[in-house]
Amino acid sequence: MGRKVLLEHAKIEGIRYYDTYRKHGGYTAVEKAFKMAPNDIVEEVKKSGLRGRGGAGFPTGMKWSFLAKPEGVPRYLVCNADESEPGTFKDRYLMEFLPHLLIEGLIVASYALGSNRTYIYIRGEYAWIVDILEQAIDEANANGWLGKNILGSGFDCQIYVQRGAGAYICGEETALIESLEGKRGNPRIKPPFPAVKGLWDCPTVVNNVETLAAVVPILNMGGEEYAKIGIGRSTGTKLISACGNINKPGVYEIDMTISVEEFLYSDEYCGGIANGKKLKACIPGGSSVPILPANLLLKTAKGETRMMTYESLSDGGFATGSMMGSGGFIVLDEDQCVVHHTLTLARFYRHESCGQCSPCREGTGWMEKILKNIEYGKGKTSDIDLLWDIQRKIEGNTICPLGDAAAWPVAAAIRHFRDEFEWHVQNPEESQRRNFGLAHYADPLAVNA
Amino acid sequence: MAEEKKLFKVTIDNITIDVEPGTSILNAARTIGGDVTPPAMCYYSKLQGSGGKCRTCLVEVAAGSTADPRPMPKLVASCRTNVMDGMVVKNITSEKVIDARNGVVEFLLINHPLDCPICDQAGECHLQDLSYEHGKEGTRYEFKRRSFDKVDLGDKIQLHMTRCILCYRCVFTADQLTAKREHGILDRGDHAQIATMIQKNLQNDFIGNVIDVCPVGALTDKTFRFKNRVWFTKPVDAHRNCNKCCGEVQLWMRGEEVFRVTARKDEWGEIKDSTQGKPGWICNDCRFDKKETSDWVIEGPTKIDRHSVISQGHYVGVTKPTETFNAVHNGRSPKLLMDIHDVSEVNKQHIELSALNRPAHSTDFDKK
Repeated sequence: MGRKVLLEHAKIEGIRYYDTYRKHGGYTAVEKAFKMAPNDIVEEVKKSGLRGRGGAGFPTGMKWSFLAKPEGVPRYLVCNADESEPGTFKDRYLMEFLPHLLIEGLIVASYALGSNRTYIYIRGEYAWIVDILEQAIDEANANGWLGKNILGSGFDCQIYVQRGAGAYICGEETALIESLEGKRGNPRIKPPFPAVKGLWDCPTVVNNVETLAAVVPILNMGGEEYAKIGIGRSTGTKLISACGNINKPGVYEIDMTISVEEFLYSDEYCGGIANGKKLKACIPGGSSVPILPANLLLKTAKGETRMMTYESLSDGGFATGSMMGSGGFIVLDEDQCVVHHTLTLARFYRHESCGQCSPCREGTGWMEKILKNIEYGKGKTSDIDLLWDIQRKIEGNTICPLGDAAAWPVAAAIRHFRDEFEWHVQNPEESQRRNFGLAHYADPLAVNA
Repeated sequence: MAEEKKLFKVTIDNITIDVEPGTSILNAARTIGGDVTPPAMCYYSKLQGSGGKCRTCLVEVAAGSTADPRPMPKLVASCRTNVMDGMVVKNITSEKVIDARNGVVEFLLINHPLDCPICDQAGECHLQDLSYEHGKEGTRYEFKRRSFDKVDLGDKIQLHMTRCILCYRCVFTADQLTAKREHGILDRGDHAQIATMIQKNLQNDFIGNVIDVCPVGALTDKTFRFKNRVWFTKPVDAHRNCNKCCGEVQLWMRGEEVFRVTARKDEWGEIKDSTQGKPGWICNDCRFDKKETSDWVIEGPTKIDRHSVISQGHYVGVTKPTETFNAVHNGRSPKLLMDIHDVSEVNKQHIELSALNRPAHSTDFDKK
């Protein structure tokens, strides 16, 4: 059994309510935190090696220490609950079943960063979770964990929940801040970074839900103890939302010591591919990260076993690796068509591009149209090279990472599944009737000696 | 004596200059001028918050500063990145930059109607200049281009969204010049559009300036639409006493007739400050209503860059260059824009037209 840190009490009846949560050791982290100096908490988080769980994997303690602290200017903590990456639904699970864990983490982090007003920016589609969170905040208020002079420490803090209006781009931290300010959710041009000029031009830290929730076990068990879970720089536990053609889709907490093969086939986690089919491909970290064929997913290009860690998943760079991303584990079996799948993703990114900078605005639409042609039997061989050229010109040239996120899936699909694209182009009629199938994507890799 | 200000040394395309701290790379390059200045479609120095959107001004930073000489991992938008002491920037000397810029121009053009022959902006269009320099001869885009209906924003300004490249300049202008915000961006992604929500008139004394800031022909002056081509008109500097604005304008004349009035622009296509040092925005009265020479005191012909199509036929203030070619290029190799033989349908080196004993026919050019 893997170690459970975040979801330890998730299955307990009534854990959503304050009394039950408190009975199971809730809010001890806050009690502990208020006996410490704010900077010591930041140090503790640094020691834990916690990395941002929203996708980029930036060390959280480092991010906190970058926060500018000018005199007389308020600082803000914003919780990014705008979980809109296709295939990712871990924050939803956490907020729905353990709202107090997030609130507790927010109080600790607010104290560490000196934020008196803390915001949870939640995606608009999670309407019912807003009620759950607000009820939890009310309960925390009633029991003296929020409000003025918490636990007699002289520290005031209040948490507000703000609903987004359903835009993927508002998960980008500066677009989130713009949206929170009541403006159109366009990403800002960086620098200045939010740590210097964020919400209402004040220093701001934006963290993912899971990151903030992980602060609670870090304080409870101590940073060094937390850092002992996992391998190397991938410390602690990670929530993975597994979906696609697997027997047991759902949210799993893994300590980052297991292999991808174990995660995918063991009965504790995904339970293997559904309906006895074979694995064709997998996106290990949410729709934005490169897709991997079966033979590169379970073993790296060097022939090593691929582990569920930040380092191992990105082993081989984008040529033969992928990313941990936000932990949206999407599995495709032998019946799935990679071209159709790529088209679906391209359509999503075209729809969600904010339209501010030209490569992303025009490029995402162009890629979708070409992919549509290929998928519906109207493609040309030159279209595949054109797609490659377009994604290359989007990547890295945009204001925010949405351009990269739109380019990577297309690039990876062409890189690893080029023959499937060519088959689509060369057999326009047959490709409408059947899929390319498993082909050779699961064949053992020729390991270079 | 005041303490001497510390200046930052920055090297752009092997040319080193000293600039004040807080200058953007683009503005530093503008002090050098010429080829090393990155093109800017959305940045407008007079508008706060503009820039960073079109991505045509991307440059490579080969060394961040003297203190931290690491190169920046990505290309940066030069209009919104400030210089550091000892920064080394590569613009046209970097293949990566040229490649990215070509890509951006292609992206800007895929949904542009390319209706230059009927567009009033032709001849003074920034996108036109940019595509001449960086565009490809043919398009790889095979789909229907985005199109919108023309919208009248009041009786003097027309918005043709089909041509728009969403630089946001007009939104910033309306935000910063006028008291009430009346137009902005609707929708997102490639269906985003500049709009007034419900087709509302823009009514403000200074709203006409959105025409001047528009880099393409999306916002046009209805009093000038289809009246003349800009290169047939002669620009002259003129002024009048105006109680609303500085009153310093450019008249675009043909013969004795004033076809159009615009604000005075500098070499980057931006509105110049007036001679009193005030912002050069002009009011709607001066722009739309004063179309008689008797309304104005004419100062003399405007200097137009001799490369501009507007200067054709009336080379005002032009002297023959005396510098040698090498001196102009300052040691850099010349930039070859395109090989005319590759582009032209007619100029094919291998087709010997003099060998024909009859007038050339189109079929003669098909021979490979």
